[in-house]
Amino acid sequence: MDRYIEVPVKDNRILEELRAGDYVYITGTLYTARDAAHKRMYEALAAGEPLPIDMKNNMIYYMGPSPAREGRVIGSAGPTTASRMDKYAPAFLDLGLKGMIGKGKRSRAVIDGIVKNKAVYFAAVGGAGALLSKRITASRVVAYEDLGTEAIRELRVENFPVIVVIDTKGNNLYETAAKAYQKKG
Amino acid sequence: MREIQVSAVTEAIAELCIEANYELSSDMKAVFEQAKETEEGPLGRQILEQLEENLQIAKTDRIPICQDTGMAVVFVEIGQDVHLAGGSLEEAIHAGVRKGYTEGYLRKSVVKDPIYRENTKDNTPAVIHYSIVPGDKVTVTVAPKGFGSENMSRIFMLKPADGIEGVKDAVMTAVRDAGPNACPPMVVGVGIGGTFEKCAYLAKKALTLPADSHSEIPYVRELEAELLQKINGLGIGPGGLGGTKTALAVNILTYPTHIAGLPVAVNICCHVNRHATRIL
Repeated sequence: MDRYIEVPVKDNRILEELRAGDYVYITGTLYTARDAAHKRMYEALAAGEPLPIDMKNNMIYYMGPSPAREGRVIGSAGPTTASRMDKYAPAFLDLGLKGMIGKGKRSRAVIDGIVKNKAVYFAAVGGAGALLSKRITASRVVAYEDLGTEAIRELRVENFPVIVVIDTKGNNLYETAAKAYQKKG
Repeated sequence: MREIQVSAVTEAIAELCIEANYELSSDMKAVFEQAKETEEGPLGRQILEQLEENLQIAKTDRIPICQDTGMAVVFVEIGQDVHLAGGSLEEAIHAGVRKGYTEGYLRKSVVKDPIYRENTKDNTPAVIHYSIVPGDKVTVTVAPKGFGSENMSRIFMLKPADGIEGVKDAVMTAVRDAGPNACPPMVVGVGIGGTFEKCAYLAKKALTLPADSHSEIPYVRELEAELLQKINGLGIGPGGLGGTKTALAVNILTYPTHIAGLPVAVNICCHVNRHATRIL
């Protein structure tokens, strides 16, 4: 089913209606963060320091872009493997993070955190960074600029295409989809 | 003895880094086209169509195919009748990577130390494999390697008694575990035999072979075909979202090994299997 949602999330019922396998177009604001930014935010949290972005009702896109050419918003901008962020994600979900966009499997702890906080894990198509960059209309670094491609960016996206992999109930598309096409032998 | 200036190597490497990251080689396009025609899942077909559109955008709008423009793996075959002049070859190769990744708007994904992880900011150093061959030419292949799939690669030190069935199990285990993480449809490079490091090298080298080529050794060719069929029967599909195209190709290289061993390396690559070659 095709769905259209806005981020930040204003009414969580919209997320709760999403089902694993739905095709979703996101419009609004996304924050990028990957390994190094996650580690730094996690350490800040542990030290009782404020985080550079507000997790509440927001979504994180696991992505580090290639450099933008002159006059362009961003370079290639596809998802990175989400499981590397599994160590940090449950803590951010507990702060109100409503969505994560990446690719690949998640740990049990992350799935539990998704269900507990009624959040969603989306996949963007891995290796389609040129195509996905076309749906990003603005980009600016908001924290950890020294991390280069791993800095935290605030992105403005329009109809950014993703697929629900793990929904608020914990249904997991990666587990169900492959079974339908499995062959013996 | 033919003399080649190392500055020519720098220029070639820089151009190959850019070429590989903006356009797939013709062999990859061929297997991709075939996958699109035979994928049975509707979502799988939709993903493959998006990936094809992505390739078109990358080429026409000059945006790298994938934001992970890789760590540069460079294979250099040096003819033994060549004299490389004008400086250090190794430095010339790194300079080529530096130039290509900077001028080509490619992502700098290399950190200086595996533990302290400070970005080198120019994607150097490259990983270089040299070999000395007959003749008076230098052949350079640049294979930028993304780490979504590299992280899912494996080495298995099997016992001789495990035989060919053990090899099949090893490959299937690696591919099954990789699943959606490795950006399927994947290309699977397999090295069988040699030593611990030799089989890993062969697996990497297998990824640089034309994806639509097959081994000249009959049993290896059959093994490639059987594994491809088995992998596509896993149901993982494009993007891991279900389908009948989990791999585009399986390429295998073998080497003699020790009476006590059967090393197997499985180097997994995503559908953006980049390799570009030039002969100097």
